Amino acid sequence: MTEQFPALIVVAPLVAALLVPLTARLSLAVTYCLILVSLMVSLTGALSALRYSLVEGAWHYYFGGWPPPWGIEYVVDPLAGIITSLVGLFGILVFFYSIPFLAGKEPREKGYFYSLYLLLLAGLLGIVATGDVFNLYVFLEISSLAAYALIAFGGHQGVVAGFRYLLVGTAAGTLYLLGVGYTYAVTGSLNMADLGNLLASLQSSRPVILAVALIVTGLGIKMALFPLYGWLPDAYSLSPPGVAPLIAGVMGKVSAYALYRLLYFVFKPGGPVLQVLDVVGWLAAAGIIVGSVMAIAQKEFGRMLAYSSVSQMGYIALGIAIGNAAALTGTLLHIFSHAVAKGCLFMVAGNGSWWGRRKISEMAGMSKAMPLTSATLVVASLSMVGLPPTAGFFSKWYLLMGAVEKGSWIYAVILVISSLLTAIYFFRVLEHVYLKKDPGASLGTPAEEGRSLRGWELAPSMLVPTLLLGLGILALGLFNAPFVDGLLKFSLPWRTW
Amino acid sequence: MDAIAGHLNYWLIAVLFVVGVYGLAFQDNLLKKLMALNVISVSTIAFFLNLGQKVGAKAPILPGGVKGGEAAAYANPLPHTLMLTAIVVGVATTGVGLAMIYRIFKHYHTLEESEILKGMRE
Repeated sequence: MTEQFPALIVVAPLVAALLVPLTARLSLAVTYCLILVSLMVSLTGALSALRYSLVEGAWHYYFGGWPPPWGIEYVVDPLAGIITSLVGLFGILVFFYSIPFLAGKEPREKGYFYSLYLLLLAGLLGIVATGDVFNLYVFLEISSLAAYALIAFGGHQGVVAGFRYLLVGTAAGTLYLLGVGYTYAVTGSLNMADLGNLLASLQSSRPVILAVALIVTGLGIKMALFPLYGWLPDAYSLSPPGVAPLIAGVMGKVSAYALYRLLYFVFKPGGPVLQVLDVVGWLAAAGIIVGSVMAIAQKEFGRMLAYSSVSQMGYIALGIAIGNAAALTGTLLHIFSHAVAKGCLFMVAGNGSWWGRRKISEMAGMSKAMPLTSATLVVASLSMVGLPPTAGFFSKWYLLMGAVEKGSWIYAVILVISSLLTAIYFFRVLEHVYLKKDPGASLGTPAEEGRSLRGWELAPSMLVPTLLLGLGILALGLFNAPFVDGLLKFSLPWRTW
Repeated sequence: MDAIAGHLNYWLIAVLFVVGVYGLAFQDNLLKKLMALNVISVSTIAFFLNLGQKVGAKAPILPGGVKGGEAAAYANPLPHTLMLTAIVVGVATTGVGLAMIYRIFKHYHTLEESEILKGMRE
């Protein structure tokens, strides 16, 4: 059993996704148990593979016993291990969070919803675990297709947002596939490790330059790199509040992981990749500023968070572009700190929308009615702005160190300016929540009927994940040194120890 | 001239790709956009199939017990296999897209994107 762990990370949610629509018609309790068990198996697989990779080195799993480069292999090295663990953990938390939002739906509908939810997770986990560039494409499309359909659950506006995302996302996937085609034409291989060796002598050949450009564009769209972020605000803010934390929290990060993996472990910096990284750096810098400015202009809390994601994904891309040890550590740490903080903020937004508070003005006086949610909002906001001791401070600190070390003063200035802009729009929200008086002075009535909670501000299955992510932000900040030294250091493309 | 005539198939594929991107960007009708998306994915599939094409090669099938011999004499089956997967992905995408188009039409009674966006903001 244990030697199958790398495969189980992906296979467990995939199998459960197929069973859930059937079991949902028979019994909801059985369905929820099945989902939970599959998510637990997946997380256990991820964590034990991570442990193994730290002690013994990367865990290679050959599908059907075919060795690479002929067969498809899964590779769980420390980098893939920590990201799969993050996605697995999010999967469990957001599953609990989403349950109350589906309360009024029919069992059949719940079945389809969770089937898509598990497919999304299986796709995201597969992208991280696979060691094959074509397999990565397949998982990219599985996760994206599930995400389109999940966003379409968000009412008639959600369908339009989902469809527009489908058009852009599929085009992005096709660009990635074309890039894979060019590398395959030159090397005849699809295995990442094998490609890494074969491409070393081909770095300045024209098909490889084209392949890098196509792959970066494709993944750039998926991670909403400026100016390719047009799909993101609608997709994030109109998706159903039950899954928005997952979609906004980890989906973009997994694409960022794929970009990092391909640029630093397959193509390797040098020749055309360095020029592409330059372009990515400037686009990221532009995205950081544009995203922040657009976020300031928003009236709706969820939309503000979505534009802030454009800016924050810019940080991650900027670290990849700078490319020294400090900046890459910053990128990896920011993948975690932003996933946790943005997931947490989308839960806060969901908690607000539960009581019909969507606009920032409607959040006035929320601290009285929802003290715990509001306190979590404070922690998450501080992390987004980048104040110690939250996680966001340390990831931005590493990025700043990387920029200074490389002598890119403009990037350093942009990082500081953007923190100020982020402070503007988050403190405006906090001002409404804590200082302004609520015209209604109480929780008011839930946005939909049948949502009574016997004195609690929210159902525990919504409140506990929100609080856990809030604590996660603090924990990641306070224990950032052991986290970087014990895990992230081993996820860099070269040995620094 | 030789650069065009020698790789005519790839140039045609490039034209097909550009036609698809044009349709995706400039058509207002959602159904046409979905069709443009299919054109793009067909051009990618054709690109891979051209990579795997080899004149005068044998099918890569070895009867039991026969040793392979020269690899150059056989066609490479991998691009075709990959495209089988890509076709399936394309079918799934089109299916999801059509289902969404159906729901959009039922609510907005139009498929013109500009009108739908107007209806959304109201």
